[in-house]
Amino acid sequence: MSATDSTLWNWQRVCDLKDLPPLGARVVSHAQGDIAVFRGAGEEVFALLDRCPHKGGPLSQGIVFGRHVSCPLHGWTIGLADGVAVAPDQGCTPGFEVRLDGGQVYLRLPALAAEPVA
Amino acid sequence: MQRAKLVVVGNGMAGTRTLEELLKLAPDLYDITVFGAERHANYNRILLSPVLAGEMTLREIMLNDEQWYRDQGITLHLANPVARIDRSRRCVVAADGTSAPYDRLLLATGSAPVMLPIPGCELQGVLSYRDIADTEAMIEASGRHSHAVVIGGGLLGLEAANGLRQRGMEVTVVHLMPWLMERQLDRSAAQMLERSLADKGLRFLLGRQTERITGKDGHACAVVLKGGEEIPADLVVMAVGIRPNVDLARAAGLHCERGIVVNDTLQTHDPRIYGVGECVAHRGLTYGLVAPLFDMAKVCANHLARLGIGRYQGSISSTKLKVTGVDVFSAGDFTGGENTEEILLQDPGGGVYKKLVLRDERLVGTVLYGDTVDSAWYFQLLRDGTNVAQIRDHLMFGESHLGNTGHQGQNRAVTMPDTMEVCGCNGVTKGTIVKAIKESGLFSVDDVRKHTKASASCGSCTGLVEQLLASTIGGAYAPQAAAQKPVCTCTELTHEEVRRAIRDHHLHSIPQAMAFLDWHTPDGCASCRPALNYYVLCAWPREAQDDPQSRYINERAHANIQKNGTFSVVPRMFGGVTSAAELRRIADVVDKYAIPGVKVTGGQRIDLLGVRKEDLPRVWADLDMPSGHAYAKALRTVKTCVGSEWCRFGVQDSTALGIDLERALARMYAPHKVKLAVSGCPRNCAESGIKDVGVIGVDSGWEIYVGGNGGIKTEAAQFLVKVRTADEVLEVTGAFLQLYREEARYLDRTVAYIQRVGMDHIRMKVVDDATSRLELYQRLLFCLEGATDPWQERIAGAQSHEYEAITL
Ligand code: SRM
Ligand SMILES: Cc1cc2nc3c(=O)[nH]c(=O)nc-3n(C[C@H](O)[C@H](O)[C@H](O)COP(=O)(O)OP(=O)(O)OC[C@H]3O[C@@H](n4cnc5c(N)ncnc54)[C@H](O)[C@@H]3O)c2cc1C
Ligand code: SF4
Ligand code: FES
Repeated sequence: MSATDSTLWNWQRVCDLKDLPPLGARVVSHAQGDIAVFRGAGEEVFALLDRCPHKGGPLSQGIVFGRHVSCPLHGWTIGLADGVAVAPDQGCTPGFEVRLDGGQVYLRLPALAAEPVA
Repeated sequence: MQRAKLVVVGNGMAGTRTLEELLKLAPDLYDITVFGAERHANYNRILLSPVLAGEMTLREIMLNDEQWYRDQGITLHLANPVARIDRSRRCVVAADGTSAPYDRLLLATGSAPVMLPIPGCELQGVLSYRDIADTEAMIEASGRHSHAVVIGGGLLGLEAANGLRQRGMEVTVVHLMPWLMERQLDRSAAQMLERSLADKGLRFLLGRQTERITGKDGHACAVVLKGGEEIPADLVVMAVGIRPNVDLARAAGLHCERGIVVNDTLQTHDPRIYGVGECVAHRGLTYGLVAPLFDMAKVCANHLARLGIGRYQGSISSTKLKVTGVDVFSAGDFTGGENTEEILLQDPGGGVYKKLVLRDERLVGTVLYGDTVDSAWYFQLLRDGTNVAQIRDHLMFGESHLGNTGHQGQNRAVTMPDTMEVCGCNGVTKGTIVKAIKESGLFSVDDVRKHTKASASCGSCTGLVEQLLASTIGGAYAPQAAAQKPVCTCTELTHEEVRRAIRDHHLHSIPQAMAFLDWHTPDGCASCRPALNYYVLCAWPREAQDDPQSRYINERAHANIQKNGTFSVVPRMFGGVTSAAELRRIADVVDKYAIPGVKVTGGQRIDLLGVRKEDLPRVWADLDMPSGHAYAKALRTVKTCVGSEWCRFGVQDSTALGIDLERALARMYAPHKVKLAVSGCPRNCAESGIKDVGVIGVDSGWEIYVGGNGGIKTEAAQFLVKVRTADEVLEVTGAFLQLYREEARYLDRTVAYIQRVGMDHIRMKVVDDATSRLELYQRLLFCLEGATDPWQERIAGAQSHEYEAITL
């Protein structure tokens, strides 16, 4: 996700890593739509818009395995790192930059955004 | 470290399939070198017939092109047959002198057509029918000449004859035996086949022997039969049989019979050398169809990958003639013999012939002519060895006559128009599926699922997809025997093998099970994790820890997810009985949380729809009713009728028994959802006949039925036993459900489970053997003792992070 001219992007603290269950997710409510923050089996974290490219299912509610999540509504498999649906399905959901620092999870988010993120 | 070297001789269907399977299991284990005698990469040999008939092009039948080999890092030598194997130096030497060392060698040399050693067989214009070169030569000849003779009236010969006829030639088939395809068909079916092929313009000379081929200027011009008859022929195709290519192996000193002898792990007598495909002899048999080769490929790849799981134990194969407009199918042992019975339907006028051969209440063989829509179903029954005693009366009339009123009932895949929807969940049409099967070279339902999504959701169209596979690729489609289906692509093991290991080796967590069973993926997938979670919990109740992350969202959040991401809440109303106080609380909750939908369900209770996730724990607290588990693979409803307390016909108190059953079994997790019903008399107002366990009150006690289903496929429940008291109903029901819990595959409803193990097994464990019944019931009680209500736990704060969003 690259910054657009009219939007300012900031790193914001979201939660402790321990608040994220391994192979699980949390929803971050954001003014412009929910964001799903995922955690792999270890300490790897990912963030996607909480909206399946198929029919908008909440990806945060899916089953996480490897670096993928299976959408709870109709079972599409979405890559956590790139938001891309695994073939034969086609589609992509926007992702967000996320990082881990001293056991804390940070998301890079549009500050007071002028436009919706997606 | 240097990688081990694998050399493959023969890049046909079996060799390349083995490589595909191997690369899935162990992509980095070997440096792979492949030698092929043909100048083409791997193509779908069985589709040469549609190419000859002008229905497909060569490009469409390629399975793995040269780019595929490059992408996999495989060194491929084309048009370069291996001439010699040097076992002491462990290398192969090819025709052009190239040599390649091996640590493991795989022989997949296929077979060669038999050429009759008659005078004139060396003339130009005399061909066999095996590969692209033959096919191209036939197509070319059909453009220049007009008379063809095909020697051999078997599968290949008839497909060749049909193709040449389609290309405008006058074709005569000369066959030694008295009827066509005598290895696959019996006489009656063969005669019907002969008539319909004659209608297409083919000429047959049966029971006749070819003596010689005469030529002019080195080119064939006629075939002379014994007795002197002469038939003009500018093109002669010999299709009289195949002979496994064993010369290379024999010269290297490997033990060969008709084929290269291999054991159940597909090893030859030299353990470094494996063999697969038409070139091998396994337990004295050689095969000439692709389905068995795929079974071999799977096992062989597993051993090459050093996993050491699985044995090849032989295959039952089926044949389908690929002549458009003529449907012939045969499978198994259809000639009958001692201890077999035959069911026969013969309608020469209508062009239909069907023969089913039974032994010990099981289908062992079948021949179908004219109406082959049920071929996939019969073949599955045959491979699974299903006991057909119960459906024998209907067997001949096919699957759609089994009271199967569901989606699969629209059974005529072959006659469906291309635009018709096959998969209602994903909107996939017949045309799309057939195209994918042909163009991507798909062979299994799983392949079709991956490529098109058809049957990937509710699965009710699986039968149709199987039929489309069978009618598109013919005998190459082998429905996998259900007994061998792996849990998912993360493992080769079946559900039964996984369950057994969990029990025998005291595996009580998912990571433990995955490590012990060599799972291929680090943390499984969305299919196997929920199954494993259930299996460890069922095998080690009150010891194994539940893993919420391996549960589908509904079971993790204890409510049903809706299409818009909200949830529905269905509180338990034992036996469908409620009170003013409960209804008042429900009404208050609806108002307080502004719940948009309230509905009476099909299961005698009330559904609150559109609840926000974060409200769930408070909604549950205010309702103050137990979870209805409407979201879980667990006990759902126990439907009751009013029964003897009020009803003028009632002979038993069905409401009270229903409530007792529901109280006893609430919180029972299972392989799939479980629904019960109790009716107070045979009028059966609670619909006990379509429940997992249905109880019907009669004057002298209770009748118990099991395995009913009112869902995707309607199935009537089967009578299990009649008992006198309500206590006995509880014990029998509990024992049956525990047996189901311990033995069913995850996501099999009771009906599917019973179809697999048979009613006799259930009766023996639950009815006849009182000790077994009691033990089962005790195990269920042990598991349920102390189980708590999940809503109560969450009201008290368990898993609170599940319900709280993070706000910034
Ligand atoms: C709420 C209810 C419909 C209604 O408004 O009446 C319902 C709703 C759903 N059913 Fe059902 N079924 C409901 C009664 C039934 C019945 C009738 C019954 O129970 O008497 C059946 C047929 C009987 C049977 O199961 O044998 C039924 C057969 C199915 C099936 C097919 C099961 C099968 O084995 O063929 C599914 C799909 C599945 O489970 O895989 C299904 C799946 C579903 C799901 C859970 C779909 C899903 O996975 O999201 C629906 C949830 C909707 C939602 O948004 O909450 N529902 N469903 C009923 C709840 C009853 C209850 O009180 O618990
Ligand atoms: C026209 C036709 C239609 C068919 N229709 C059906 C059908 O409908 N259903 C069905 O199930 N089966 C059908 N079959 C049979 C099916 O194609 C074979 O069973 C299958 O291809 C066998 O696979 P294989 O790998 O053992 O042999 P092949 O596919 O023949 O592969 C062996 C390869 O090894 C090569 N080779 C041999 N010796 C050497 C050597 N020394 N060095 C290097 N390479 C070598 C050969 O050139 C060949 O390319 C059909 C066959 C034909 C010809
Ligand atoms: S409630 Fe049942 S029948 Fe109705 S749409 Fe949902 S799954 Fe289909
Ligand atoms: S909305 Fe995600 S799979 Fe349909």
